[in-house]
Amino acid sequence: MKLHRRWEKTGWQAKAPAPPGSKPFGGKVGQALSPATPAIRFLLSQLLMLLALGAAAIVTGNDSGTPAAPREGVQPSAPERLEAPPPPFSEGLFPCSNCHAAMTPNRTRRALTEMHTDIVLKHDETHRWCLDCHDATNRDFLHLASGERVAFTESYLLCGQCHGEKLRDWRAGVHGRRIGNWNGAKEYLLCVHCHNPHQPHFRALAPKPAPKRPVRPAE
Amino acid sequence: METNGKTPKPTRRLFTSTAAAAAAGWILTACGPKRLYEAPRAQLKKAIADLERQYRERYGKNVTVSDSQPIPGVEFAYALDISRCIGCRRCVYACVAENNQSRDPQIQWIRVLSMEKEKGVDFSSADPYYQPAEVPEEGHFYVPVGCQHCREAPCTKVCPTGATWTERDGIVVIDYDWCIGCRYCMAACPYGARHFNWAEPNIPPGELNTNTHYLGNRPRSKGVVEKCTFCIQRARAGRYPACVEVCPVGARKFGNLLDKDSEIRYIIEHKRVLVLKEELNTMPRFFYFYAT
Repeated sequence: MKLHRRWEKTGWQAKAPAPPGSKPFGGKVGQALSPATPAIRFLLSQLLMLLALGAAAIVTGNDSGTPAAPREGVQPSAPERLEAPPPPFSEGLFPCSNCHAAMTPNRTRRALTEMHTDIVLKHDETHRWCLDCHDATNRDFLHLASGERVAFTESYLLCGQCHGEKLRDWRAGVHGRRIGNWNGAKEYLLCVHCHNPHQPHFRALAPKPAPKRPVRPAE
Repeated sequence: METNGKTPKPTRRLFTSTAAAAAAGWILTACGPKRLYEAPRAQLKKAIADLERQYRERYGKNVTVSDSQPIPGVEFAYALDISRCIGCRRCVYACVAENNQSRDPQIQWIRVLSMEKEKGVDFSSADPYYQPAEVPEEGHFYVPVGCQHCREAPCTKVCPTGATWTERDGIVVIDYDWCIGCRYCMAACPYGARHFNWAEPNIPPGELNTNTHYLGNRPRSKGVVEKCTFCIQRARAGRYPACVEVCPVGARKFGNLLDKDSEIRYIIEHKRVLVLKEELNTMPRFFYFYAT
């Protein structure tokens, strides 16, 4: 009993006044730093920040040709693109160019009667139709409102144009399902893995069996 | 009280030897090993090897019992999005399978409460036995309840044997070998999160999860209390709990409270968060939130 109370105590103490830069539970690090005068600590922290900034710049510089410049047509604050498993295409449909490459695009809004009749749009259908999201010139892509092409593997950029707060939560790991490690590699799913883009509302599910009610044994 | 004309009285030898035995017993129980989990490592390893042998005999499978320790700098916390949960109970059954809960008699660590939107979070009118053809039901929302892993856990305070305590990473655990089945903790828990093995638990050997932890999902015996451990066998290996991974609407979130970049911190800092029965000052590590 004594031991576990002590654990709790140290846990709380370490959490509350942890000085910046020290690891939680790293009580010794904090104590070693504390005698230093505030001025020195301030200078040190500034130095560390500069170093970190420099390192970040070098890394992004090596990463791609245009590091800081926002890509055209995307929100300037949009962070790096994320890796997710391939989108769940219907069997045998993708790449769309297999059929569409030989066809001339008809850009007039209409109800489809020959192909894709199984797709019923219930996603702001009064204002929208296929080519608002699908790219007319290259059917293997989607496009943003700006006209910039977006691959199906990055369709969340398209969804995020309207559902910006969902995209923000999704990037933070709060919207959507995650599988893997809480502290490391995890699988992100695309919006379309859970939401049918043409009918994004979740369908109702049959619940699993209810728990058994407790029974009083027969006397 | 006279026999053979002698008066039976405690002789000096009888008195001293009884007193010595009592003193020795007292010293042995008070100074002897505490919970096995706090015993020397070699002793623990031996006990775990014994357990693994017993389980192999009982279930015909190689069961590994881990004794992984808390990760320094980690305090686990959980968040559940009430606005997304649809009450499908997938988490309940994933938990049963992962944590080797008894199928019959039935033990389920997670209980999903159906509540009426008009009444809000109201336990007196909550229904755990809802069974419509499809969920979510009109006018209802769902609050899955399991162990809240309280910072001021009432259950650990009442345990007379010290068989339940809070680990450094915030997980409230039970040493099943030290639990005497008095069920004080069940009476103390305001969330109904603890469950008692009234009869010998029954797990089909084919469904046994062989990846177990000493303080978590190793098979239990009759007469002990059990409850959610945040899937200690997974969490301490860096993985999400089983309920997080199975939730079809992504309502369940899990992470390190001490990591300012974790999902859990993002939720606490950006969303409307509540805890159940806040007025009891149990300070749960299990948060409920509304993402929308």
